[in-house]
Amino acid sequence: MGKIEWAMWANEQALAAGLILFTGGIVGVAGLFRGWQFAAYAVAAGLFVCLLEYPRSRRAKGTGVERKWQYGLTVCVKAFGPLTRNYYARAFLHAALCIPAGFILATVLGCVCLGIASLIYLSAAIHGEHWEPILPRVEVRRPAPSIKNPPQNPPPRPPAEMRRKNIDDLEGASYDNPMAVIDEK
Amino acid sequence: MANWIINNGVTCVTLVVWMGINIFLFVWFYLVYDVGDEYFYTRHLLGSALAWARAPAAVLNFNCLLILLPVCRNLLSLIRGSLVCCSRSLRKQLDKNIEFHKLVAYTIALMTAVHVIAHLLNVEWYNNSRQGVYDDLSTALSNLADTKNTTYLNPIRITSLDPQQIPTYLVFTTIAGITGVIITLCLILIITSSMEVIRRSYFEVFWYTHHLFIIFFAGLVIHGAGRIVRSQKDSPPHNFTLCKDRSAEWGRIPQCPVPQFAGNFPQTWMWVIGPMILYLCERLLRLVRYLQTVRYRKIVMHPSKVLELQLVKNGFKMEVGQYVFLNCPAISQLEWHPFTMTSAPEEDFLSVHIRSAGDWTEKLISIMQQLPEGAQGPKMGVDGPFGTASEDVFDYEVAMLVGAGIGVTPFASILKSIWYKFKDSNPVLRTRKIYFYWLCRETNAFEWFADLLQDQEREMEERGIGDFLTYKLFLTGWDQSHANHAMVHFDEETDVITGLKQKTHYGRPNWNKEFEQVRKENPSAVVGTFLCGPAVLAKVLEKKCAEYSEVDPRKTKFYFNKENF
Repeated sequence: MGKIEWAMWANEQALAAGLILFTGGIVGVAGLFRGWQFAAYAVAAGLFVCLLEYPRSRRAKGTGVERKWQYGLTVCVKAFGPLTRNYYARAFLHAALCIPAGFILATVLGCVCLGIASLIYLSAAIHGEHWEPILPRVEVRRPAPSIKNPPQNPPPRPPAEMRRKNIDDLEGASYDNPMAVIDEK
Repeated sequence: MANWIINNGVTCVTLVVWMGINIFLFVWFYLVYDVGDEYFYTRHLLGSALAWARAPAAVLNFNCLLILLPVCRNLLSLIRGSLVCCSRSLRKQLDKNIEFHKLVAYTIALMTAVHVIAHLLNVEWYNNSRQGVYDDLSTALSNLADTKNTTYLNPIRITSLDPQQIPTYLVFTTIAGITGVIITLCLILIITSSMEVIRRSYFEVFWYTHHLFIIFFAGLVIHGAGRIVRSQKDSPPHNFTLCKDRSAEWGRIPQCPVPQFAGNFPQTWMWVIGPMILYLCERLLRLVRYLQTVRYRKIVMHPSKVLELQLVKNGFKMEVGQYVFLNCPAISQLEWHPFTMTSAPEEDFLSVHIRSAGDWTEKLISIMQQLPEGAQGPKMGVDGPFGTASEDVFDYEVAMLVGAGIGVTPFASILKSIWYKFKDSNPVLRTRKIYFYWLCRETNAFEWFADLLQDQEREMEERGIGDFLTYKLFLTGWDQSHANHAMVHFDEETDVITGLKQKTHYGRPNWNKEFEQVRKENPSAVVGTFLCGPAVLAKVLEKKCAEYSEVDPRKTKFYFNKENF
């Protein structure tokens, strides 16, 4: 199926799952459903997942399409080092997060979506992918090239015979001096 | 403003009509469920959440009908063909089919969200009624069981489970519930894999996941079969105004017999069956086309990894600038990829120029490179031809053709067609002047096209119509060595890069200058601008078209057409 980076799809799925979890939780809390405490948990978990998944990873080949305003969150997520870099950790985290949401109807859709995202992340981890932050590259300033050396050799000239003036043809041999030549003698 | 109307008017009207229908359906069905008498008791249990669930359902029915239509390529081609008589603005509308498909998809997603949230509320309130949390009337209504003499209103019949789990239990034991969850999941997976990042990078994931729509439609059609949204249907009349406060006496007093309820006949299938059949025909046609034999006439490998395939297929007829879908089972059974044809309708074969741009194309090129001389290539399925904007070139008196890099392919077809038309006789073409702009980064890519242009140039000169076709080539990736080379060969008659009389320009075109020149040379003409290239360039050209157009019929008018894979 091509050189797919599963993590990219897992990221989209997890972000969507976070939103769905959040929305389901809001409905559960606002309607004061039975088991609304699970809904309240879902609001928090959904928000957390959204924040975690919002910054996109740099792709293996170095390019990356940023989401708008993701820089701040990129820095935060990067700060957790190997916990967020490793996709096994993420797969496990999402699997754990989704379980409590399965206990009431309002959040069960978010639970399943997050579970699917967790599986895709597992696939990504098995394929050896990991999360790389997209940060602006710092340009290395090279020193300016040094001043070139002055020429070592005189400019090329035609051979001496050509340069010698032709006595027979004084008119043709003459030329105008740009500057007056003063004979000091 | 007037120019905007000319260029976007039909789109605007289509969107307004579509939105109007959506709003009408929403409001109409909202009122049916919020005001209708037969839902009085249902509303007593559910409040306005009932209407909030049913109104988006109606909008969903309409949009699920619409979503299949823009992707029926053959149907669109058919409509396009039959609209040849009518205005070109209507045909231009058909070019925007994928954008419409996406718009309808977003609407489906939004309405699904509203529908699901409303039903979550409904289930919770049904549950509460069944548990006897609300008033007497609610409890009485919920107690109505499904026996010989009574029909139920509240779909929650069970009370012996933990009340917190009853809603989940209901969802997973009713047809509506299970199908609802499954199709919503399918929808979410389809949407996440259709995001631009995924689609552009890994088309296969997008394409395969998109086929979940089959499960979506199957589930959608049976979603209403359980008939759990119930309304009052009495044969002995039960006046609810009188009887709603006397629930304890129902069945015992003559004015208030026990109310009877039933669900409505499921209607979704009536909406979507038509498009489903159309789409099925569409896929069958693709299969039939795939099974037809395709022979290789010639396989050429050009520099800068451009592969030319000349194929022969029985009964294949095309127009200028159309495209085909190719499928090569040796590479992938299920993938069909679009390529614009570079041959002219006058030729008895079809040719495509394929650039290495991803998995599929790279594998194809490597297979072709390993073929022995004169051998037939791997089995190839060809579906098409499908029409796009380039078909309209000959409708305009003056045409500006802009191709960026490999985007020159539809125009290769057009120029070849012109050449054939002139070779045979003096044709009656509406077009009397063509300006061709080719923007390219590297010189290698010129090679296969330069031959064509050289022939054209010679042909035009011979017939004394050298000014029919004006072409300008722009080398956008030049560097110092190019500049040096050009400086040294400045005085030569033919261009140092292409060998053509027309000199190559370096850098990007100055569109103001170009449009000004076209306008000056063609007063009071209708000019069609065609682009095959990146979206950024499309924006620039669209702006320039609007800028340089005059509504005054005595002045020049520019129309913009874009195609972009």
